[in-house]
Amino acid sequence: MVTYFPGVAENGDDDKVFKALADPTRRLLLDLLFARDGRTLTDLESGQAMTRFGVMKHLRVLEEAGLVVTRRQGREKLHFLNAVPIRLIHDRWIDKYTERQVSALADLKRHLEDET
Amino acid sequence: MTTATNTRTVQVHRVYIQAPAQRVWDALLSPEWTDRYGYGGFVQSDLQPGSPFVHTAGSGMQEHGVTGPVVDGEVVESDPPRRFVQTWRMLMDDALKAEGFTRLTYELVETGGVTRLTLIHDVTDAPQTAWLTSGESDAQPDAGGGGWPWVLSDLKSLLETGTAFSRAG
Repeated sequence: MVTYFPGVAENGDDDKVFKALADPTRRLLLDLLFARDGRTLTDLESGQAMTRFGVMKHLRVLEEAGLVVTRRQGREKLHFLNAVPIRLIHDRWIDKYTERQVSALADLKRHLEDET
Repeated sequence: MTTATNTRTVQVHRVYIQAPAQRVWDALLSPEWTDRYGYGGFVQSDLQPGSPFVHTAGSGMQEHGVTGPVVDGEVVESDPPRRFVQTWRMLMDDALKAEGFTRLTYELVETGGVTRLTLIHDVTDAPQTAWLTSGESDAQPDAGGGGWPWVLSDLKSLLETGTAFSRAG
């Protein structure tokens, strides 16, 4: 499918989200935003053993995956955690397999009970 | 995660939906659509600035014994199909109601048939409301469900496939 929003994961394309989540520093950045949302780059880089450029690079990957949304407030650029792409992956992948497991167990139970 | 450690005051949720902005707008704000995904319910408002905004219990909630208004507020800004701002207060229990009105904004940008929907919920001084709408409560069964992330992905599913996954099967 084609997307017309530059730099954003295509509709139904989970690759960017999985890739973004596959890095410990990026997961840490998401955890920091989960603890407190709406943070500046300066705020996010403090306490990190990484250069400002490194943090910027990781934030850009997260933003392209849609996991981070930035908004301007006055002169500041604030970063917000966006959980929707994770929810979409959850609904697309996790639910599907856990449901199957549950129904497999239900089938097993029925099968075993029928035998007795 | 408890409410005490949650210091978030503005939540930003964004989703891209393959549908024109007007359809997304209608799905968010017209009673013909609002019972078909997420928590369901019916929006009752003429959507004019200064008018009341009420969200009444939908068919699913009524089955669980919830009736009457579940959210109330007032329309602040309405610029269809681009921007809608309202005050928003949950009425399901007294503690939520006591937190008072929060501010909810929808921003819609359509490009080439795809709409970028950004939901900004200012939940300053409303920690319990924030906990419910963030979807953090989803880890606990029957504690409020998946919040906005769940609602928005269900809305995407409805508009793109014709069926909300919450209503499937």
